[in-house]
Amino acid sequence: MASTIRVRATASGETTEVQALIQHPMDSGFVKDAKGEIIPPHFIRELTFEYDGKSVFVADWGAAVSKDPYVKFSFKGGKKGEDLKISWVDNQGQSDTTTAKIQ
Amino acid sequence: MSVIRTSILSLAAVLQIAGATSALAASSEADFKAAFAAAEAANKEAGALRNQWTVTAAALADAKKAAEKGDFDLATAQSKEAEALAKASIYQATSEKQAWKALEIR
Amino acid sequence: MNVRSAIHVASAAVFSATLALAALALTATPPATAADTIDPAADARAFQKYFTTKFPKLKLEDFVNGPYSMDEGMHRQWEEKEQFPPYEFSLDMGKELFAKPFKNGKSFADCFPNGGIGIRQNYPYFDEKEGKVVTLELALNRCREANGEAPFSYVKDEMAALTAYMAFTSRGKPFDIKIPNDPRALAAYQNGKQYFYTRRGQLNFSCATCHVQSPGERIRAEVLAPALGLLNAMPIYRSEWSGMGTISRRFTTCNSQIRGVPLEPQADEYRDLEYYLSYVSNGLPISGPGARP
Repeated sequence: MASTIRVRATASGETTEVQALIQHPMDSGFVKDAKGEIIPPHFIRELTFEYDGKSVFVADWGAAVSKDPYVKFSFKGGKKGEDLKISWVDNQGQSDTTTAKIQ
Repeated sequence: MSVIRTSILSLAAVLQIAGATSALAASSEADFKAAFAAAEAANKEAGALRNQWTVTAAALADAKKAAEKGDFDLATAQSKEAEALAKASIYQATSEKQAWKALEIR
Repeated sequence: MNVRSAIHVASAAVFSATLALAALALTATPPATAADTIDPAADARAFQKYFTTKFPKLKLEDFVNGPYSMDEGMHRQWEEKEQFPPYEFSLDMGKELFAKPFKNGKSFADCFPNGGIGIRQNYPYFDEKEGKVVTLELALNRCREANGEAPFSYVKDEMAALTAYMAFTSRGKPFDIKIPNDPRALAAYQNGKQYFYTRRGQLNFSCATCHVQSPGERIRAEVLAPALGLLNAMPIYRSEWSGMGTISRRFTTCNSQIRGVPLEPQADEYRDLEYYLSYVSNGLPISGPGARP
């Protein structure tokens, strides 16, 4: 099955800019379905970007982040052709991970 | 625009008085049934013109709920409101058959 | 009679009065057109001229971006978003769905010219055999039914994914809607035009009220899109919906937003409306699938 993580990392000069789009329902647990029953909370708890064995960006998320979250950030360092590893874990214990090459 | 607004306000005053005085007597279940039937008929006519309003359906639902609780005053009032809304939507559909041309880009 | 219901009765009656006054004001100046001759080409020219005059800084193709061409700040945000568009997931699903064979072995490609690739700009078209307008969404579901499959909902999910994919294969191609020299086609076009300008719902808005009279202005917090190029970006990932929606979804929700009971998706009126709106945007490029606030 296709990965839930789309990522593009571009190195320019001393910094690398990273954009990622993650497919996830991010259900807050406050919304009811058509039958009137609560849709159980299902959201990413932690999102991590690793480069060269170190975490360059860690997000602690909760119910307030919307569906299919988009993240954009820059970090110092990062070389073209090197790997960037992205992984997330959600409150139901599901997870996904992917590795992308920095362009 | 302001001309229309002033006219609305004075009309509102007149209509409100008219509305209030006509419903001073308490409504019975028969009154409600008649009012509700009239409202439904008007809304059906609006449906044939493909121009029903969501608020008409809401008023009809409110009328029914009030009647189920035995509050026929409220139920009748809501039915009359539903009928007024349905009639307004009929008027809108009928007058718009010509009026739309005024908005057309030419 | 309590105060609340008295006010309601009065306000309902006021509305009839408002309409009466509005109608009187409008009918007082009858439009001076040769109302019996339907000239879509002239309409389209006038339509495009109206918007290009209103927004002289925009290029014709900019109009397909709706509110993003109306507001500088929104444009910048949208440009960033387009690098990682939220409709990507739906687009991928659409590509897979489109290729997936039906139980009988056939697939969508068998129902469409050129296998369904690069043809979105030709829809809707007037089907002379049936005597009615056929939209892309309608054609997709008819394909399913003709091959023994259940139709999809017109407003989201699979239908959005499929039309997203088909729009994507037509990106950049200009709308090329044809109106054959057939009185029924002209009538359908005219019906669509009439629908567009007709006020409806308790709020008494027509499509034109927002998209012709007020593009670039705000309705509550939203910036309104111009009617020119309105359908070019469909289907859209709308942040308000947290998901994809089709033309059917937008038509029905627009109706309920102005407090009019929506018609069934793909009702004749909606098909004709889509026909009109697409035709007057002929020449503008397909940009779908799109994203909107």
